[in-house]
Amino acid sequence: MAASTLFEKIWNAHEVVPETADTPAVLYIDLHLVHEVTSPQAFSALRALGLPVRRPDRILATMDHSTPTLSDQVFGRVPIKVDAAARQVRQLEQNAAEFGVELFDMQDARRGIVHVISPELGASRPGMTIVCGDSHTSTHGAFGALAFGIGSTEVGHVLATQCLLQRKPKNFAINVEGRLPPGVTAKDLILAIIGKVGVSGGTGHVFEYRGSAIRALSMEERMTICNMSIEAGARAGMVAPDAVTYEYLQGRPRAPVGHDWDSALAHWALLESDAGALFDRSVDIDAGAIEPMITYGTNPGMVLPITASIPDSAGDAVADKALGYMGFRSGEAMLGKPVNTVFIGSCTNGRLEDLRAAATVLAGRKVAAGVHLLIVPGSQQVKRDAEAAGLAEIFKSAGADWRESGCSMCLGMNGDTVAAGQYSLSTSNRNFEGRQGAGARTLLASPLTAAASAVRGRITDPREML
Amino acid sequence: MQPMRSVRSNTVVLPLTNVDTDQIIPARFLTTTTKEGLGHQLFSDWRYRADGTPNQDFVLNRPEALGCEVLVAGRNFGCGSSREHAPWALLDYGIRAVISTEIADIFRGNALKNGLLPVTVDEGTADWLLAHPGASVTIDLQTTRLELPTGASIEFPIEAFARHCLLHGIDELGYLRGKLPEIERYEALHTAP
Repeated sequence: MAASTLFEKIWNAHEVVPETADTPAVLYIDLHLVHEVTSPQAFSALRALGLPVRRPDRILATMDHSTPTLSDQVFGRVPIKVDAAARQVRQLEQNAAEFGVELFDMQDARRGIVHVISPELGASRPGMTIVCGDSHTSTHGAFGALAFGIGSTEVGHVLATQCLLQRKPKNFAINVEGRLPPGVTAKDLILAIIGKVGVSGGTGHVFEYRGSAIRALSMEERMTICNMSIEAGARAGMVAPDAVTYEYLQGRPRAPVGHDWDSALAHWALLESDAGALFDRSVDIDAGAIEPMITYGTNPGMVLPITASIPDSAGDAVADKALGYMGFRSGEAMLGKPVNTVFIGSCTNGRLEDLRAAATVLAGRKVAAGVHLLIVPGSQQVKRDAEAAGLAEIFKSAGADWRESGCSMCLGMNGDTVAAGQYSLSTSNRNFEGRQGAGARTLLASPLTAAASAVRGRITDPREML
Repeated sequence: MQPMRSVRSNTVVLPLTNVDTDQIIPARFLTTTTKEGLGHQLFSDWRYRADGTPNQDFVLNRPEALGCEVLVAGRNFGCGSSREHAPWALLDYGIRAVISTEIADIFRGNALKNGLLPVTVDEGTADWLLAHPGASVTIDLQTTRLELPTGASIEFPIEAFARHCLLHGIDELGYLRGKLPEIERYEALHTAP
């Protein structure tokens, strides 16, 4: 048998019907993650056709995108402030009840950002196919799963058949050797990768992150890497499972136990790409050469080392438009630029390790006058863990705003927004125009850089404060 | 879905690269639970000023854009969020085809499922189109060719099954449900990893 990649092994194992020149493959989906924003139209489609949800046991549903982060609204002591968001929450409750889908609702202790809770429950596992009506579904590739975002029509297809019609993407190896220097995080690495590959460099491909630097990462760090694969245009991003993966999974509520665990391990051990497997494309990255990274423009590929100056736009009208939106000029240094809001959270950087990193900088320090530091845990479990570990106290003592979990200011659907013209240093994944609020100016960076910059009120190299 | 064979229209040109779906339809408008009516919010932050009045500098607000059904844009159109609200908004506004040198994967799939044609062309063709706003073009789905007023006829790639479904008004879910016997056989042989 020909040598296969991790991606090909999972793809082949899930082909219900192989693709032909005339028809795409029918691909089986093991786990379908559902949230309130991209599912209403899909449930409506089933209702219109009189169809049931075929495999409710393979769905994990929660509410995260448009949900409030203020405790009084989350726990129903006051109404949800954003009316349309309240309607979506009610709609998902109704749809879940009508179609028999288990829902982690607003007050459920297991609620959180869908890409945070599925891993922490042990529901995302090696070798699976996982989809969600959200492009950051690539996060779950950290477990050696094939995980990708889909549209609402496809959400309906999976609800009705547990399958998708798909053309097979190509293989793209991202080889990262060496070790990240102190103060340089997984977020900096993925930003550097996007800078090198470009925002559309991965179109039509699935990334496999490989090499000694990737092996050295924790599961949460691998999730940060895989999460942003879509920002380089890739369909998905994956890391082969190893002892780090197994250690993370063992004992989680939905992980297999006993004999099932042993047979799962035996299966998972076969998933890694075979020696000699062919990749259509590849890039090599030296982890040791990476610095803390920050974006300066209006897509994640407009990124540079934090110590660098904004490059010359060379008369490129699109680059000029981006700099105009950001209020920046070519040649300016990034360090020292003022920030108004700092957001630590999201499916990219809203996990416990991210909060621990921020706390190492914030401990014994104060947020600069006039700066709003919003810290939103990725899930209610992360919130409880951060409180038990004393991190929440550090944040509150520093003057940060500590909230309930959700997507929050990553996309501002719930009213957690940045005002027009203001600078937001954010640990999220997109610095698109208006992403955090109409006219908001977003700078993407790591939790360390975010915390350091919140303390100084200016873009700060976190290595100065470690 | 209605069968479609071709789109014939003047073009409206948005000469920007990496137009993401947050621009096509900002997140604050995703709180709808239906597909309808999103055309009003298409490109909202570019189309309207902060006070809600139309930004006359934006291409869609120019008189010549009225009635145009073909949008020409720079490389990597539709990148970012998977929101299907992006093609819904374009279609609700009246756009029926998008031409670019590169169209992002998820947007392309979402567009095809709603009858919005994603047409990728070579750099030379794209450059000509970007330089000639308002050009009268025909996108023929039957022959998979883009006809320019210069007489040039350019073949464009389109996934064979999606083309078949569009030409004949076939719903993909109906096709997929036709595979239920195979799906059941698969499930009988496989448990989740």
